[in-house]
Amino acid sequence: MARIDLQSLAHSYTPNPKGDDDYALKPMTHVWEQGGAYALLGPSGCGKTTLLNIISGLLTPSEGRVLFDGRDVTALPTEARNIAQVFQFPVVYDTMTVYENLAFPLRNRGLRGAPLDARVREIAALLDLTADLNRRGRNLTADAKQKISLGRGLVRPDVAAILFDEPLTVIDPHLKWELRSKLKALHRALDLTMIYVTHDQTEALTFADTVVVMHDGRVVQMGRPQELFERPAHVFVGHFIGSPGMNVLPAEVSGRAARVGGHLIPLRRGYPALDGGAKIEIGVRPEFATLAPAGAGGVPVRVRRLDDLGRTRIARVELSGLPMAATVPEDLTLAGDEASLLLDPAMVHVYADGTLVEGEAA
Amino acid sequence: MDKPVNQGAWLLVLPVLLIVAFSAILPLMTVVNYSVQDTFGNNQFFWNGIGWYQELLDPSTDLGGRFFDALWRNLLFSLLILLIEVPLGIAVALSMPRHGWRVAATLVVLALPLLIPWNVVGTIWQIFAREDIGLLGWAVNRLGIPYNYTADPLSAWVTIVAMDVWHWTSLVALLCYAGLRSIPDAFYQAARIDGASRWAIFRNIQLPKMHRVLLIAVLLRFMDSFMIYTEPFVVTGGGPGNSTTFVSIDLVKLALGQFDLGKAAALSIVYNLIILAVCWVFYTVMTRMDAQRN
Repeated sequence: MARIDLQSLAHSYTPNPKGDDDYALKPMTHVWEQGGAYALLGPSGCGKTTLLNIISGLLTPSEGRVLFDGRDVTALPTEARNIAQVFQFPVVYDTMTVYENLAFPLRNRGLRGAPLDARVREIAALLDLTADLNRRGRNLTADAKQKISLGRGLVRPDVAAILFDEPLTVIDPHLKWELRSKLKALHRALDLTMIYVTHDQTEALTFADTVVVMHDGRVVQMGRPQELFERPAHVFVGHFIGSPGMNVLPAEVSGRAARVGGHLIPLRRGYPALDGGAKIEIGVRPEFATLAPAGAGGVPVRVRRLDDLGRTRIARVELSGLPMAATVPEDLTLAGDEASLLLDPAMVHVYADGTLVEGEAA
Repeated sequence: MDKPVNQGAWLLVLPVLLIVAFSAILPLMTVVNYSVQDTFGNNQFFWNGIGWYQELLDPSTDLGGRFFDALWRNLLFSLLILLIEVPLGIAVALSMPRHGWRVAATLVVLALPLLIPWNVVGTIWQIFAREDIGLLGWAVNRLGIPYNYTADPLSAWVTIVAMDVWHWTSLVALLCYAGLRSIPDAFYQAARIDGASRWAIFRNIQLPKMHRVLLIAVLLRFMDSFMIYTEPFVVTGGGPGNSTTFVSIDLVKLALGQFDLGKAAALSIVYNLIILAVCWVFYTVMTRMDAQRN
């Protein structure tokens, strides 16, 4: 069992951090529930591996505390925490057989004889490694090696959380799906907290119940995949998740309408109290911006290009010279490059300095 | 599938063949020529067949006795060198820093002894270990331990072994360090998570990665110590008595001191064959082990 509390946690790799820029991880307080499947999503250098290494104890944070089930483990070394970690490149002890690899963490903790054997075989069966138990680690494929790395974490009965640091990077694409499904099944079967670091949104969205999006050392949004998609809390989330990402346009917002380059865009919510000094933008995903023939209402746009993505078509359009992406309905045929764009008012969000502004409900 | 045959390729090999022929094979043939004849100067040669070889390989003769004594000394010396330098080199490599400016500093310090010419190393130790004016020799005697490498065989052995360790442990350490550097950090992190002890990390991660470079280090150190000449020649000249006379030193005495060219030539050939044989055994063992591991 492990509920993980991060209390005012921050980390800097420089000894005397001055400003925000010196922090690889800016102060954060979060709770990770027992049994959850979390994905830490963000671009390289956003601090996700730093956060992971702090939780696993490979790194001691410069500020704040880490609690496991209320117990302060901030100063505890990795081996004293009930946690396991799987790395980007599979770690397999070359000279040992698969069996010995799986038995290694248990032997190091003093387990011997029949209980050890039973546990190793149980985990091997769970990971479909039974047939390979007597093979040497060095001759296995990358995905089998990564399964062994995972197995060395699962085999310990004390482990309550498993951390994954981009574990599928070196796996062949067609095996990625298989391994990810395996992880998902294991998560359901074993009641473990799993934290999965990745920069691949597909991996994050398919693996996790809760996706934690990080940007520049901060957690910018923590939520279910659907929330991240429908209500990005930050323009970064809008850009990073979704393909193509959210359209973000500079706008003037007053009441229930936004003005973009002379065109009015209706909004579902009201925004009476926007900060005058902030940079105001509106964001709408291409999925909620539909192209229609010119004169069909909405705002007039100029079509630059149509991209056929197979299942759908995406139009690259310009609204008063501002580039946007929009969905093209299947039956639409366009004459010339004039068209109009229909925006779903409920899905048009307002951002002040990049952060979502909660409007007043209708 | 038939590969196209291009006889022109011989032209590329020819220069090498010629150079090797003139620089190695022809001189070696001269030595072979000397080893089956006897000469008293004036370019007069007398056929002796395998006589010198028979004498050399028979320990009861004067020549054979000398040869085997020197050979056992050589083997003992190589054994001592390997027993000391390999574990010491591993220990040094393990305690070397992995990151930061200290890496460069340590590498430079370790490389220094390797850059000193061999006869200079001999001269340094010859003076350093003298019991009258050498810092080491004087200090050891002052501590109450009798130590004089010009009179006492044990002192002489301690001196040349210490000198070789000082000179060559760096090589073993640098080779091992190269092996250690090829281990990604994730292995150490995973081992910590697995709760591995320091010994388990050494046994299961570090030693397997050093395995290949260690074989090379052992081979290099064996061959080098087996052929050692310069340093003991400068320090002890093979003495006191014959106690540090190795095969190479004896060979020079025989050829250039006594001008027994026939005996010296036979000794050269046998010495050469021993080294080739050891190299071949090593090479076979290494390739076998590699094949087994894969």
